[in-house]
Amino acid sequence: MSSREIEVILSRQWADSLSTAVFIVDPQGNLIFYNERAEALLGLRYEETGVMPVSEWSSIFTPRDDDGNILPSEELPLVKTLTFQRPAHGEFWIRSLKGKDHKISVTSFPIMGRPDRFLGGIAIFWKKKKK
Amino acid sequence: MKITIWGCRGSMPSPGSDKIKFGGNTSCVQVEHGDTCLILDGGSGIQELGNDLNPEIRVVNLLLTHLHIDHIMGLGYFRPFYNPECTVNIWGPTGSNETLIERLRRYFSPPFFPVRLKELPAKINIFEIDNSEFQIDSLQIRSEYICHPGPTVGYRVECGDSVLSYIPDHEPALGSSDFPNSTEWCSGYNIACNADLLLHDGQYSQKGYESKVGWGHSSMEDAINFAKLSRVKKMAMFHHDPLHSDATLERLFDQSTSNKEFDFELTLAREKDTFILD
Repeated sequence: MSSREIEVILSRQWADSLSTAVFIVDPQGNLIFYNERAEALLGLRYEETGVMPVSEWSSIFTPRDDDGNILPSEELPLVKTLTFQRPAHGEFWIRSLKGKDHKISVTSFPIMGRPDRFLGGIAIFWKKKKK
Repeated sequence: MKITIWGCRGSMPSPGSDKIKFGGNTSCVQVEHGDTCLILDGGSGIQELGNDLNPEIRVVNLLLTHLHIDHIMGLGYFRPFYNPECTVNIWGPTGSNETLIERLRRYFSPPFFPVRLKELPAKINIFEIDNSEFQIDSLQIRSEYICHPGPTVGYRVECGDSVLSYIPDHEPALGSSDFPNSTEWCSGYNIACNADLLLHDGQYSQKGYESKVGWGHSSMEDAINFAKLSRVKKMAMFHHDPLHSDATLERLFDQSTSNKEFDFELTLAREKDTFILD
């Protein structure tokens, strides 16, 4: 298999070394990596899922607002980043594949390689603390 | 293709009586095919190459992997630049802010060098590249950013079925979570895969590398693992540490290769080594 762009390879290495949950997607929105902390939050391991298309990851965790309404995928920060190649931020609920509900805060930003090549996006997310 | 090494030392020139065998000049490799003159990097080895070139040559193609000083320090002493009948085409990686010509001008200007780029008598064409494919006469060239500080590319030169891969400064172990097992997540793989000859960074011993992670270079062991992953036919380790004497290089090479079997040829690059790829 061909290697990915160096900017994406280094993004994965960076994400792999963090204890903050990180998602990495390619320009088409395919989920190409998520780290151990994201695995814990989402309830599944990267090795088990492999690459996941945007249509799957944007709905599999049933993102919802505070009132329980399902969020359309275009409202998700990482989808906004993919669409507009701009940073985005949002807070919403997800349900892990183990059935646990978490409120998360997500910040996403595009991976722009030299010289201005759009190579995908990164989402960093935090579990909101219970009040 | 005929490939000649004019400099394979890393970081800085290091002449000396203890470095006669492998040489002290920094990165410079000549590729000859028919009338095509292709040069990879302009380290201190390019001075002697320039003096050795056929004076009738009118077009020189110079491919720079990056602009660290050991890869461009010989340019000011490269004879074709001072021949008004000569055209020098320079390819090199683009950066995020400064253009290639702006960065080259930093070298070709006081206080680093007395002659400015625009004052060189030769006709100079500058081509910025990133992950690119282009052709020089009958040679097909592919460049791709690789893991090394600053904008740095490796080059893949194809001529018919023959492939030369040139990645003199490279730290693939840094960029891969699963090195050396995954081609998908390995920097430089697209440049090196199935090459007939790979010239690759092997600056450090494994122990030496441990205190220099992130500096952009490879241990000999990682270079070997990269060559194995890339399924090359031959690798010549390149960018020798300037502090390593001939005896030290050979000792480290023996330590890295002893009691191991390889399904490719393995050697240490030496100045004036030539390789023929049919």
